[in-house]
Amino acid sequence: MHIPDGFISTPVAAAGIAMAAGSVAYAVKATNKKMGEKQIPLMGVLAAFIFAAQMLNFPVAGGTSGHLIGAALAAILLGPWAGVLIMACVLIVQSLIFQDGGLLALGANVANMGVVPCFIGYYLYRGIAPLFRKRKLGMMVGSGVAAWFTVVIASGACAVELAISGTVPLGIALPAMAGMHAIIGIGEGLITAAVLSLVLATRADLLELQKA
Amino acid sequence: MKSEMKFKWWYGALILALLLAISSPLASSSPDGLERVAEDKGFIGAALEPFFKILPDYVIPCVTNEALATILAGIVGTLILFGIGYGLARLLRAKGEA
Repeated sequence: MHIPDGFISTPVAAAGIAMAAGSVAYAVKATNKKMGEKQIPLMGVLAAFIFAAQMLNFPVAGGTSGHLIGAALAAILLGPWAGVLIMACVLIVQSLIFQDGGLLALGANVANMGVVPCFIGYYLYRGIAPLFRKRKLGMMVGSGVAAWFTVVIASGACAVELAISGTVPLGIALPAMAGMHAIIGIGEGLITAAVLSLVLATRADLLELQKA
Repeated sequence: MKSEMKFKWWYGALILALLLAISSPLASSSPDGLERVAEDKGFIGAALEPFFKILPDYVIPCVTNEALATILAGIVGTLILFGIGYGLARLLRAKGEA
């Protein structure tokens, strides 16, 4: 869902940059002096894992592919603000070094694939997971459903930006983007739940960090 | 202390990320969701060329074997992001953390 330059207008790109810059600045403030012994390597490996996983496009219906965003995973493990920082790092490196996602569109991409899904994913997970009596089941369902919503809502945000830019009418962009990403989001949900279950099986203590 | 020599949990996680990077040539090369919508709805042509190129399309340019070029780009990116994530978290570390 990385927006290349040219898809969105300069005012939309500028608004995206302002929103992303403000969010990243606040995320630094919110997480400063809070990273503990476990969070430091976890932030490193999550950034590395999300970058690598984003390279692995999986096929979905009709000659289309999708890949993990990873924002829900990062936010569930480390909290939404640290999640925003991780996603911003991944998206900045992808744009600057790998030319995936435009330079002017970087702010919009950080907003769509970082800020918006980190908060939606985190709070949906925190809302859904406790509804289940079995902790593991709650985690799996909560993270899977939350991750699915992050992808669909991110694609909706992208569609709105395309429409405001005059690139494509909202009535066309929104159903097309949301419909396509409702399928891609299933992959996001499955991968997020699988990674969390791996963490639960190997290092359950890492699941308590986001409360700090 | 002896514990410093132990295999730390995050080594395993970093190895897992590198294994994903190594399997990147297996990724689907079909257009992603946004590209597909852009093609179907006729605005793919609006995309501009990047202002500059370093490692475009996740390949190391001088490597002729495409799979190897992708793997190497994946490893480079994965290590860069580990370094940035780890380094940033260290800058934000709590008081008393080494």
